[in-house]
Amino acid sequence: MTKKVLLLIGTRKGAFIAESDAGRRSWELRGPFCETWPMNHVVADPMTGVIYAGGGNEWFGPAVWKSEDFGRSWTHSSNGLAYEAGETPIKAVWSLATGREALYAGVDPAGLFRSEDGGETWTHVEGLQKHPSRPEWNPGGAGLILHSLVLDPADPDSIWVGISAAGVFHSADGGATWEARNRGTRADYMPEGQNYPEFGQCVHCVVMAPGRPNRLYQQNHCGMYRSDDGGVTWQSIEKGLPSSFGFPAAAHPRDPETSYLIPLNGDISGRFMPNARAAVWRTRDGGSTWEALRRGLPQEGAYFNVLRQAMATDRLEPAGVYFGTNSGALFASADEGEEWACIAQYLPTITSVETVVVAS
Amino acid sequence: MDQRASLIETAPAAERPVLVRLPPHLTALFPGAERLVALDAASVAGMVDALEARWPGMRDRLCDSTPAIRRHINVFVGGRRATLETRLAPGTDVFVITAISGG
Repeated sequence: MTKKVLLLIGTRKGAFIAESDAGRRSWELRGPFCETWPMNHVVADPMTGVIYAGGGNEWFGPAVWKSEDFGRSWTHSSNGLAYEAGETPIKAVWSLATGREALYAGVDPAGLFRSEDGGETWTHVEGLQKHPSRPEWNPGGAGLILHSLVLDPADPDSIWVGISAAGVFHSADGGATWEARNRGTRADYMPEGQNYPEFGQCVHCVVMAPGRPNRLYQQNHCGMYRSDDGGVTWQSIEKGLPSSFGFPAAAHPRDPETSYLIPLNGDISGRFMPNARAAVWRTRDGGSTWEALRRGLPQEGAYFNVLRQAMATDRLEPAGVYFGTNSGALFASADEGEEWACIAQYLPTITSVETVVVAS
Repeated sequence: MDQRASLIETAPAAERPVLVRLPPHLTALFPGAERLVALDAASVAGMVDALEARWPGMRDRLCDSTPAIRRHINVFVGGRRATLETRLAPGTDVFVITAISGG
């Protein structure tokens, strides 16, 4: 069976799709889709190839868009994607995740919604809002957003979410009850002696290692971390990296020891590539050591950043790695990060990159 | 006879429909939706109900869950910004307009 790879790209002005054969040497870009609404996250169900795009429009509010023909036609719905009357209305959808039994959406202000009919109707997963810490959640720079949504492929009741800046929370019962899981992650912006609170950390991105659901990698505003117990405890893995600040993280599709980060030059220094030289950093040993991957990436004048959902890997062998910049450039590697090429530029600000491999 | 006249002026005054103008980037979201719509409604809330009945999902684009007309959507009735409670007399012209917004 021949395969093709779709890169699903969320931008400030609609969704785009880049398509290639399994060789991943040349790419065809299509879009913008979704009536140029800001799209925060575009994902595909790996089983069906159905594409979902979550975002929100200043005029028309939040919605999840859906395409069953690889982007050629789209519908949208926000039926049920609302809080109770009188509460602060939802501004936008920020994250999507496809599970075996349901589709999930994380929104701003932070909350979780579930759809069992492919995004046609939505139900509020109210348990998260009932966590006793909820009155004390404070927004990060992008708002009070639920941006990381991690589902356990082996257990549909197990869900992790990352909320800026409330931290990581886990539910073991399908969303009915939740537990804060931030032990070991820092909050440098708190007064001395209060830097390891139970919640309130500024998590930027959480991803799961393949085949090992209890191994999570986290990029935080204040450090990079790994957990081997489903987030109950976190260990710093920032030693050897050029800074402790960045936004995205990506896991290898098969090797739980391999993951990718894109450290920036710090949170108060412009948030650019360190020394204006672009690099993706890779570990092959669970974060004990890191190497900079630069071949093919701009090594001068790279004053861009990469946002929290804008890096992904694909499932091919060897794995592809992709990231999009706030300046609208899209970079791809077909060999696990060794060699890079710019495959699109001058796009709107890229907010997310995901992949799906389908039969061609 | 123009389109407005054909929709409204053939009916007796008390039975005339409300005439609603919708912005193009709203109708683009609903296949088959029209820019000029004649419908029966006694208030802006009733107008939204009628639009929702014709094109399911349109309520969520015009109103948030407060419930209220969305912050960057303006509904003008008689030259003034309306709320969901604003009454609509038979034959009223309603303009749904998107505000200056975005970046």
